Amino acid sequence: MTTQTPARPLVAGGTDRTPGGGSRRTARALRRLPGTIVLTLLVAVTVLPLIWLALGSLKTQAEFVGNPTLALPENFLNFDNYARAWNEGQIGSFIANSALATFPSLALIIVLGVAAGFALEVLVWKGRGGVLLLFLAGIMVPGQMILLPLFSAYFTLGLTGTIWPLILTYTATGLPLTVFMMATYFRAIPKEVFEAAAIDGANIYRIFLSIAFPMVRNAVFTVALVQFFFIWNDLLISLTFTSGGQWQTIQVGLLAFTGQYGSVEFGPTFAAICINVVGILVLYIFLNQRVMKGLTAGSVKG
Amino acid sequence: MPSITGGKRAIFVFIGPALLIYALIMLVPVLVSTGYTFFTGSIITGFTFSGFDNYVELFNDSKVGDALLFTLRYAIVLTVGQVLVGYGLALIYVFWLRRASGLIRALVFFPIVLPTVAVSLMFQKLFEVAPQNGPVNELLNFFGAGSVDWFGSSGSAFFVIILMDIWRSMGFYAVLLYAGLLDIPEEVLESARLDGAGGWTLIRRIILPLSLPVLLSTIIFSINGTLKVFDSIVALTNGGPGYSTTPLTLQMFRTAFSYGDYGYGSTIALLLTAICLLVTVFIFRSSRRDLTKG
Repeated sequence: MTTQTPARPLVAGGTDRTPGGGSRRTARALRRLPGTIVLTLLVAVTVLPLIWLALGSLKTQAEFVGNPTLALPENFLNFDNYARAWNEGQIGSFIANSALATFPSLALIIVLGVAAGFALEVLVWKGRGGVLLLFLAGIMVPGQMILLPLFSAYFTLGLTGTIWPLILTYTATGLPLTVFMMATYFRAIPKEVFEAAAIDGANIYRIFLSIAFPMVRNAVFTVALVQFFFIWNDLLISLTFTSGGQWQTIQVGLLAFTGQYGSVEFGPTFAAICINVVGILVLYIFLNQRVMKGLTAGSVKG
Repeated sequence: MPSITGGKRAIFVFIGPALLIYALIMLVPVLVSTGYTFFTGSIITGFTFSGFDNYVELFNDSKVGDALLFTLRYAIVLTVGQVLVGYGLALIYVFWLRRASGLIRALVFFPIVLPTVAVSLMFQKLFEVAPQNGPVNELLNFFGAGSVDWFGSSGSAFFVIILMDIWRSMGFYAVLLYAGLLDIPEEVLESARLDGAGGWTLIRRIILPLSLPVLLSTIIFSINGTLKVFDSIVALTNGGPGYSTTPLTLQMFRTAFSYGDYGYGSTIALLLTAICLLVTVFIFRSSRRDLTKG
């Protein structure tokens, strides 16, 4: 059903009409109206709940009880709730725990994952296809399938009550996707680049450090960003290994905090949720294009 | 051209550490967990061999049956919901907002990176009825309707869960599908327009068939994720009211950690893994067949 019509400018939509008088302008505004409505609706649906949350974090207990929920806070500079959430609610130490678990895991995932991707895609050896498939299979396994043996193992090894169960488990669960993504990125680099370096006498470690790694530096950053969100936002693993202990991450701590204070102390609860949201928001404002690219790239597999 | 082998030692240095950690912390536990299904007890109380008891219990356990039904219902409804809304948004981005869509794409995408716990707690507050009405009930009151106890019945709780997850994920699925729509050659669309196809016909006859591959991979991704739902439901309803919004993942978690039965917990986990595997393989194979036919 191919048409043989030669390319000619489309007249539909009226975008290339000459600018005219007032009636035309009104007509154009009218034509744009549905688009504007859809846009406004999308922005409102996404942003309004978050704004309501932020406003709530500035209200006093009396305002929560006395004023309607949609009322604005009486004092926009009332940050008492934040102070209370941070100190009494221990949100500060939960965030420190999360950072202590997240960043070592990220470093390990990147170092191990990039090297493995390199070995699987650039080096030529028997069985590499099988090993890549083995890593791929890990993407599908639900966390529930590994939690109990790990809990037993960490208990037997005396690691329960330390931060190691988190770091080890995050590293292992982050590897499949990282290895898969890094292999994909290495595949895009022409083999000749590495072969030329090898002919020039560089050994394989030199090739990896001076050529391969710098070439995928951007990709590494993207992958790290994706894994950061997975680990930082995780609840299942942190709930299993830190519940009730001193290493509770921000997600576990926030859940426990709202469970305890949620229906009594509204302000600090809102502030605690807000703290969790704002950090991510700042990161997203600076890196949104990369985050979008990374997260969607991580999902197109199979 | 010579290919780079680097020697056995180099291969070992590069892949060894990753493979070792992956094997010890993921592959071995999967096998051990499967082994647990023939035992009862936990690491604290000790394990006793129980043969196929756990499997027999699994088939007769009405709570697991309910959790399985809930998981499937949730996965199907949410997959349909988020892919449909995401596809609608993607169409709006590509054909309506066009170049102006950059900022709105980033904005609507944002909730997916937010911690699920934070989003769930926010929705709890949005739909709150006691001790104080949340905005949703306030709006209902404003329009003359009475307040609804959203988390008081399983139907409305399910509705809020689905609504929240669509709110979180619609921007993500929109961007995923948007990339697929951009791959449709402009000439194809133009010639279809010249042939008189417009609006609905264009979407149904041209755009939908051409974006089928990316739609299918999106559906696989969505089902695989929704079957494993844990965070959002734990934080939003914690499986309630009663057990009515308890998915398999949460039922497994409770069995293992609240009732201290690792053996039966592992059996539920194995059921979940088997479902994930089956669904993925099934969709993957059927999509392949369709692609070669069409």
